[in-house]
Amino acid sequence: MDDVSKNYWSAVLGLLTKILIVWFLVSFGAGILFADMLNTIKLGGYPLGFWFAHQGSMYIFIALIFYYAKKMGEIDRKFDVHED
Amino acid sequence: MDLQTTIYLFVGASFALYIGIAIWARAGSTSEFYAAGGSVPPVMNGMATAADWMSAASFISMAGLISNMGYGGGLFLMGWTGGYVLLAMLLAPYLRKFGKFTVPQFIGDRFYSKTASTVAVICLLTASLTYIIGQMTGVGVAFSRFLGVTSETGIYVGMAIVFAYAVFGGMKGITYTQVAQYCVLIAAYIIPAIFISLQLTGMPIPQLGLGSGFTGSDMSLLAKLDQVVVDLGFGKYTTTTAGSTLNMFVYTMSLMIGTAGLPHVIMRFFTVPTVAAARSSAGWALVFIALLYTTAPAVAAMARLNLHATVNTAVKTGGDLMAPEASILNESRPDWMKRWEKTGLLKWADKNGDGRIQYYNDKSKNDAFKAKAEAAGWKGNELTVNADIIVLANPEIALLPNWVIALVAAGGLAAALSTAAGLLMAISAAISHDLVKGIFAPNISEKGELMTGKIAMAVSIVVAGWLGLNPPGFAAGTVALAFGIAASSLFPAIMMGIFSKKMNKEGAVAGMLAGLFITLFYVFAHKGIFFIKGTDFLPMIGGANSFFGITPEAFGAIGALVNFAVAFAVDKVTKEPPEHIQHMVEAVRIPRGSKMVDGAH
Repeated sequence: MDDVSKNYWSAVLGLLTKILIVWFLVSFGAGILFADMLNTIKLGGYPLGFWFAHQGSMYIFIALIFYYAKKMGEIDRKFDVHED
Repeated sequence: MDLQTTIYLFVGASFALYIGIAIWARAGSTSEFYAAGGSVPPVMNGMATAADWMSAASFISMAGLISNMGYGGGLFLMGWTGGYVLLAMLLAPYLRKFGKFTVPQFIGDRFYSKTASTVAVICLLTASLTYIIGQMTGVGVAFSRFLGVTSETGIYVGMAIVFAYAVFGGMKGITYTQVAQYCVLIAAYIIPAIFISLQLTGMPIPQLGLGSGFTGSDMSLLAKLDQVVVDLGFGKYTTTTAGSTLNMFVYTMSLMIGTAGLPHVIMRFFTVPTVAAARSSAGWALVFIALLYTTAPAVAAMARLNLHATVNTAVKTGGDLMAPEASILNESRPDWMKRWEKTGLLKWADKNGDGRIQYYNDKSKNDAFKAKAEAAGWKGNELTVNADIIVLANPEIALLPNWVIALVAAGGLAAALSTAAGLLMAISAAISHDLVKGIFAPNISEKGELMTGKIAMAVSIVVAGWLGLNPPGFAAGTVALAFGIAASSLFPAIMMGIFSKKMNKEGAVAGMLAGLFITLFYVFAHKGIFFIKGTDFLPMIGGANSFFGITPEAFGAIGALVNFAVAFAVDKVTKEPPEHIQHMVEAVRIPRGSKMVDGAH
């Protein structure tokens, strides 16, 4: 594997790791494991842990995918491997 | 116009629309038939994916389930949306770059083995067929309820409609009809929710209404609901988990990776023009899915509160729920309850003979509550409501006009039909492209392959319809199995194919078989071998949920772990994949050079 594709791939994996950490924290973390703790905080009429499980994690998932698509576009261009 | 005529009008008009689109978008080539010529823009593809994904189960049952489960129901919400993050980042762009029609084709080429692709076809067929049976049953139920025909007639009509547009239109026809179906189903879901949110909270946006104050009191809607259900002996709405925290964790994970591994969803990412479009297309799909999924918890909580308020007048006034006059009189129950009593999905019985309906949890473990209920002269719960009617009866509970009820009917049918069509497409491609062309008759002409695909689709419609008519006693179990199979077999194999350059065919095949086997074993132990009643073997594995209290529906994540572990272990002791395969993996990882999908081997 040449250097360009090696560096490209490690940049991609770095981005994936960051996104997966957020993905895990909002759903499995805030929505399930720490839900009880977060429920003591209120977001309007919502207990916060319940909000993450029933609303918040879904909004953050959407943001994550578009962030990913945008960042990947930047990485593609930086390493000059984007589509024509 | 009376209700029945309005329903005929709405459903008839929506069907005419779907068939019209299918005729307009007829497929000419195999590329158009399987991948819509790779020409669908990302936003539209996202909409079609959303319709493909949201089945009768999402539309009809999910909110009802959440309504019963409370907080624990969030596992469906997170599980069925979080999978798209995995799909967008781990699978979709790379499979699009690979540029072939089907999942088994990727697995067969990447693992340079016909055995691998055959195993993938088996996994795909099992997952898709089990899933589709539930859809056909759903079509039958929706037709019979709304059109006043028997469930059997409903299934026949549904089969004919799906046949017409799936067989003639192919992926192109399906994609564009699914766009129309999405519009119908989302309108049907959101419009009643807006009305109800306005009634209960004065806030028109249901997602915000769920977090708003309850009209006529100084409490928030959720606090009010918590108070009412706890006073009636149920678990607190905002904190009751599904089984245990561990089970909820594993269940959510299974649904996520199952979503990412379902072949009819993955296939959608072959229809976009570029790798970059495949990435954002998953985001658009999730936007359109989330419109329904973020509305569902509001529908669930509000329907629950509405239902309690209907039978217990103290809910609205804030008085004593156990006061004798709080429960409504049998005779004064609303008309919608009488209508649903006829279907048998809503039942009441005056157990204590006081002429009123008491609705509470008579199985509560709280002794203080039980003593109070007994002192009030309550002799058991007198009302049972099937969770599946919550969404369908929602507009009636809120006394909305007839056209809203008709719209919900058309929406439920759109949800079931669009998913059935997408699944049939995946099945047809697997049989004609991967089995017939890939293995049995490599020299088949394009025309012959197209014909085989259509015949395979027609046969699957008949099989699915027949199984829908004679369901072997399984509905919830089948959906669980479809997710379990996809999660434990296909997802790990595809992921390792992209992210591990050194993964070889021995490892992949052993992993898929191990994941599939262990998942089927655990599910069949609970539900019977191939779901045949009486063949379950629970004592052999030490009783129900014996694996750390994990339910069979949640087991897919464990199956996936087993798949990964076995694959890497076998990979270590066998020889590494040939040089050209490793180069192929490198090429798949880089977007440059993506081309139109084609079927060439």
